[in-house]
Amino acid sequence: MELFQAIANMTGAGLAQHLVNGISLGSLYALIAIGYTMVYGILLMINFAHGDIVMMACYFAFFGITAFHIPWYLTFIGTIAVTALLGVVIERTAYRPLRDAPKNSVLISAIGASFLLENLANYIFSGRPMHFPDIPFLSSMISVGGVQIQAICLFIPVVTVICLFGLLHIVNHTKTGMAMRAVSKDYEIARVMGVNIDNIISITFAIGSALAAIGAIMWGIRYPGITPYLGVMPGLKCFIAAVIGGIGNIKGAVIGGFILGLGEILIVAFFPQFSGYRDAFAFIMLILILFYKPTGLLGEKTTEKV
Amino acid sequence: MKMKKFVSAFLASAVALSLVAGCGGGDKKKAEEKKPEAAAGAVKVGVFLPLTGDNAAGGELELRGIKLANKLHPEINGKKIELVVVDNKSDKAEAANVAARLIEKDKVKVILGSYGSSLSMAAGNIVKDSKVPAIGTSCTNPQVTKGNDYYFRACFIDPFQGTVMANYAFKKGAKKVAIVQEVSNDYSVGLAKFFKEAFEKLAGPGSVVEIANYQTGDKDFSAQLTNLKAKNPDAVFAPGNFTESALLVKQARQLGITVPFLGGDTWETQDFINVGGKDVEGVAFSSAFDSTKAATPEAKKFLDEYTKEYKGEQPGGLTALAYDSYLIALNAMKTAGVEDSKKIRDAIAATKDLETTTGKTTLNADGDPIKSAVIKTVKEGKFTYMDTVNPEDLKAK
Amino acid sequence: MNNKRNLILTLVAIVVLFGVACFIQAEVDSYIRRIVNLCLIYAIIGLSMNVTNGFAGQFSLGQAGFMAIGAYMVGIFTVPVELRADVFYAVPMNPYLVNIYMPLGVALVLGGVLAAIVAGLIGTPVLRLRGDYLAIATLGFSEIIRIVITNATSVTNGALGIKNIPPLNDVRYIFLATAISYILITLLLNSSYGRAFKAIREDEIAAEAMGVNLFYHKNLAFMVSAFFAGIGGGLYGALLGTVDPKNFLFTLTYNFLLIIVLGGMGSVTGSMFGAIIVTGGLEYLRIFDEPLELMGVAIPLFRPGLRMVVFSILLMVCVLFWRHGIMGTNELTWEKIIHFIKHPLDGFRKKGVQGK
Repeated sequence: MELFQAIANMTGAGLAQHLVNGISLGSLYALIAIGYTMVYGILLMINFAHGDIVMMACYFAFFGITAFHIPWYLTFIGTIAVTALLGVVIERTAYRPLRDAPKNSVLISAIGASFLLENLANYIFSGRPMHFPDIPFLSSMISVGGVQIQAICLFIPVVTVICLFGLLHIVNHTKTGMAMRAVSKDYEIARVMGVNIDNIISITFAIGSALAAIGAIMWGIRYPGITPYLGVMPGLKCFIAAVIGGIGNIKGAVIGGFILGLGEILIVAFFPQFSGYRDAFAFIMLILILFYKPTGLLGEKTTEKV
Repeated sequence: MKMKKFVSAFLASAVALSLVAGCGGGDKKKAEEKKPEAAAGAVKVGVFLPLTGDNAAGGELELRGIKLANKLHPEINGKKIELVVVDNKSDKAEAANVAARLIEKDKVKVILGSYGSSLSMAAGNIVKDSKVPAIGTSCTNPQVTKGNDYYFRACFIDPFQGTVMANYAFKKGAKKVAIVQEVSNDYSVGLAKFFKEAFEKLAGPGSVVEIANYQTGDKDFSAQLTNLKAKNPDAVFAPGNFTESALLVKQARQLGITVPFLGGDTWETQDFINVGGKDVEGVAFSSAFDSTKAATPEAKKFLDEYTKEYKGEQPGGLTALAYDSYLIALNAMKTAGVEDSKKIRDAIAATKDLETTTGKTTLNADGDPIKSAVIKTVKEGKFTYMDTVNPEDLKAK
Repeated sequence: MNNKRNLILTLVAIVVLFGVACFIQAEVDSYIRRIVNLCLIYAIIGLSMNVTNGFAGQFSLGQAGFMAIGAYMVGIFTVPVELRADVFYAVPMNPYLVNIYMPLGVALVLGGVLAAIVAGLIGTPVLRLRGDYLAIATLGFSEIIRIVITNATSVTNGALGIKNIPPLNDVRYIFLATAISYILITLLLNSSYGRAFKAIREDEIAAEAMGVNLFYHKNLAFMVSAFFAGIGGGLYGALLGTVDPKNFLFTLTYNFLLIIVLGGMGSVTGSMFGAIIVTGGLEYLRIFDEPLELMGVAIPLFRPGLRMVVFSILLMVCVLFWRHGIMGTNELTWEKIIHFIKHPLDGFRKKGVQGK
C-alpha cells in the first residue's frame, strides 16, 4: 500500500531524477566491478584489495593535479599507469608466493594487503579528507526538464561501455586474452602449452588495476572527498555486484552493477522510511542471489572436480 | 630460497628496528628518571585520540589544539608538562586499553580526549575506578558525563546544540524542515532528535516533514535528497561528520535544492570547506568557537599561534575545544597542585568563568560546560560569525 | 592410561592457571589486567572462529555479527533497571523489555544461544556455498545484523550505544569462561563430531561418501562457533561496560582471522597463542607511535599511525612465509611437552630439519 502511495506521490521529474541517480551510481559500480570480476575470472580469487587500489588511485590523481600541477588529462593517464603498476606489485608480493597454497591463504593475504594499503594511506596522507579537484566541464551540472544531471554522470556509462567492450575484445580476440582464458581454465595445462603464467597474471592485474584507476577517477569527480577508508564499502559492494552478475563474467559484472546501483536508489525512493537500511540492500541481494542462483545471473554452471 | 633469505633479512631488520625503538623508549625513560633531580619531574598529561581508523581526521585536528596549548603553556607551578599521546585506533577495546595504560603505566594525572563519544564512554569506567579525571574534547553524547564524576568535557552536549539550531531555524522563518541524519553516528542522531523535539514545539506537530537516514562512510545521498526535494522544506538540518556532510550539501546543491542547510559544530573544519567548495556557502551551524573575532585574550593567542603554525588555515571548533580541554586541566592543576588526581578532579569540577578560546567556561554539576553558542556560516570560503545564542535565551522559551 | 594422565595434567594446569589468574587479579595493575582479559576474550572468539574455519574448513567471516548479538544481549538486559532511562534518553526503551533484568551469567548464555539460533537460520541457505562465496555471504550477514541493530532504536538504543553495563574487569571470571569454552570445544573436537568436521575440511565429497551428513555437521560447526562468539561478544561488552553498533563492523572479524592464522588454522592451542600474541603484540608495537629520539635527533618516521603500518606488514609477512602459523594443525599436547622436558634438544634438531 505504502509503495503505491509513494509512487503516486512522486512527480514525473522526481521519478526521472531517481532513475538518473540510480543509473549513474550503477554505472560507477559496474565500472569497478569489471576489474574485480576480471581478476576473479582468471585467478579464481577475490582481490579484497581492489577497493583499496581504487582509494590509492584517487590519491594519485589528487596529488598529480594539486601537488605537481600536471594538467588533469595527463594526470589521469599517469594515474592509470601508476595504479596498474601498483596492482602488479601487489600481485608479485602478496599473491604470487601463495600461488600453490590453499585458496583460503590467498584470501587472507588479500585481506592483509587491503589492511596494509589502508594503514599506509592513513600514515602517509593523514586521515583528513582531501578534495578531489574539480575538472572543467565534467564537474558541471546540466538541467534537463527539471532533472539535474552532473556531466560526469553522462560520461560514466559511456566509459563503462567502452571499458566493457575493450575488455571483451582483449579477452576474446587477442593472443594474450586467449592465454588468460587458458590460465583460468587450468593453469597447469596452460603452462605445459607454453603460456608464460607469471606474465599473464601480471597483465591481468595490470588491466584490473587500470580499470580500478578509471573507476577511481570517475568516483573522485562524482564524490570528491578522498579518505584512506574510501575504498572499503565500494570495494565490498562492487564485489557483490560482480557476484550478482556471475563472478568471472564481465558482462555480468556490468549488469550486477546496474542492479545494485538502481536497487539502492529505488529502495530509498519507494520506501523512504527504510533509508537507514540502504546499505543492507546490497547484502540482502547478495544472499538472495546466492540462495537462488549461486553462480550469479550470467555465471556458468560449474561442477566440482574431485 | 632467495625469497626466504629476503624475508629473514626483512624480519631481522624489523625486529632490530623495534628493538631500537624499544631501547630508544628506554633511553627516554632513563632520561626522565634522571630529570627529577634537575627539574623536579615533569607532570604527565595523557592524550587519547583516534589517530588511525575512521575518526582519524577529527583526532588529528584535536591533537593540534592540545599540542598548541602545550606549546603556549608548557609549565605548571614551575614544572614542565609532558604530553603522552596515544592512539585509540577509533576502536573501543583499544580505547579502554590505552586509557588504562595512561593511568597505570604512564601515571598521568589528567586525561584529555577523545573525539567520538563511544570511545570516551569505553574509558569512562576506567577513569572512574582509578579516580583520574578526564576531560572530553568533543564527545557530545550526554551519557559520557552522566553518572560519572570523573568525566568532564569542553564541548556542548547534543540536546543543547539541537535546540539551538531549531530555535535558529524557526527564528529565520522556517515553517517546515527536513532532517537528514547519519543513522550510525551517535552525534548526528542525538542532535537530530533534539532538533526535532524543539522545532515541533515551536512550529507545531508535523513541521518536520522528512527524516532521511544514511550510514557513516556513504558517499551517495542522491536518493535521500531527491525524496527530500519533493517535500519542499524551508530548511534542512543535516548534522554529521564533516566529510559526509560536505558531500551531502554538495549533492543537494547539484540536485537543485537551494534552501539553507543547518548543521552542528563538527562542520567547523577547514576540510568541510575544502571538500564542499562553493556549495557549502551559506550553510549555518552552531559552534562554541568564533575564529573571526577573538572572544578572550586567550583566544587571540590561540589564533595567532595557529595561523603561524599552520599557514593559511583557519582553526576549527574541534581544535579550539581540544585547546580548551588543556586549559581546563591546567587551571585545575594550578589550584590543586599536580600530585593528587582526586584534588585535581575537584578543582576541575569547580571550574568557573575560566577564560578559554570559546569565551568563559563554567562546568555544571554533570561536568558539562555552560556557554553561549555562536551561529556561523561559510562566506567566501571562510567561517563567518552570524549570531550568538545564550543558554538563558533558550530557557526563556 | 595416557588419556587419564593427560586429563589430570590438563585439570592441574587449569587450576594452576586459575591461581595465576587470581594472582593477576589481586596484584597486577588494571592496565595489564585489561590486556590479559582481552587476550582471554579474544581467545574464546578465536577458538570459536577456528571451529568453522580451521576444523570444518568453512571459511566464515561472520564473527563480528555473532559477537554483536551476544554483546547486545548483555547490554540490553544487565543494565540496572533504574539506570535505563539515562541510557535510552533519546528514544524510550521498548516497554516489554524495560523491566527485564538478568544477571550477567544468564545474559551471556542467552546471548550465545541467540547467536547460535541466528547462525542456524543463516546457515541453512549460506552453508551450501563454498570458499569465497561463503566468506562474502557470512560477512554480508554480519553487516546486516549490525545495520538492524543500528536501526532498532527502541531495543538497542541505535547509534547512541548502551552505557552503564556493570563492568567486569575480573581476570578470574573471564579466565573461567575461557577455560570452560576451551574444554567444551576440545571435547567437541575430539568426539566423532570433530572427526566429521575434519573429514569435511579435508575433502567434502569423500566425507559425504563415507556417510558424513555434510549439512548437519556444517550447520553444527557454524552454530557452535556462533554460540562461543556470542559468549565472547558478551564478555567483550561487559569488559568495556558499553556497546555500540560501530564496534561490530566487519573489520573486527579480521582481528580474529589474524589470530587463527597466526596460531594455526585447525589448532585449538594455536588459537590461544595467537590471541595472546596479537593482543599483546599490538600493545607492544605502541613504541612505534611514540616519538623517537636517537642521539638528540627526532626521527620524523615515528609518529602515530606507524604502529598499524608495521603491524600490517608483519601480518603480511606472516601470511606469506609462515602460512601454517605457530601450530599448523597440530596441538601442543602433553606428550610433546613431556618429550621436550625429557629430550630438550630433539625439538631444535627437528626444527633444523624442517626449516630446510
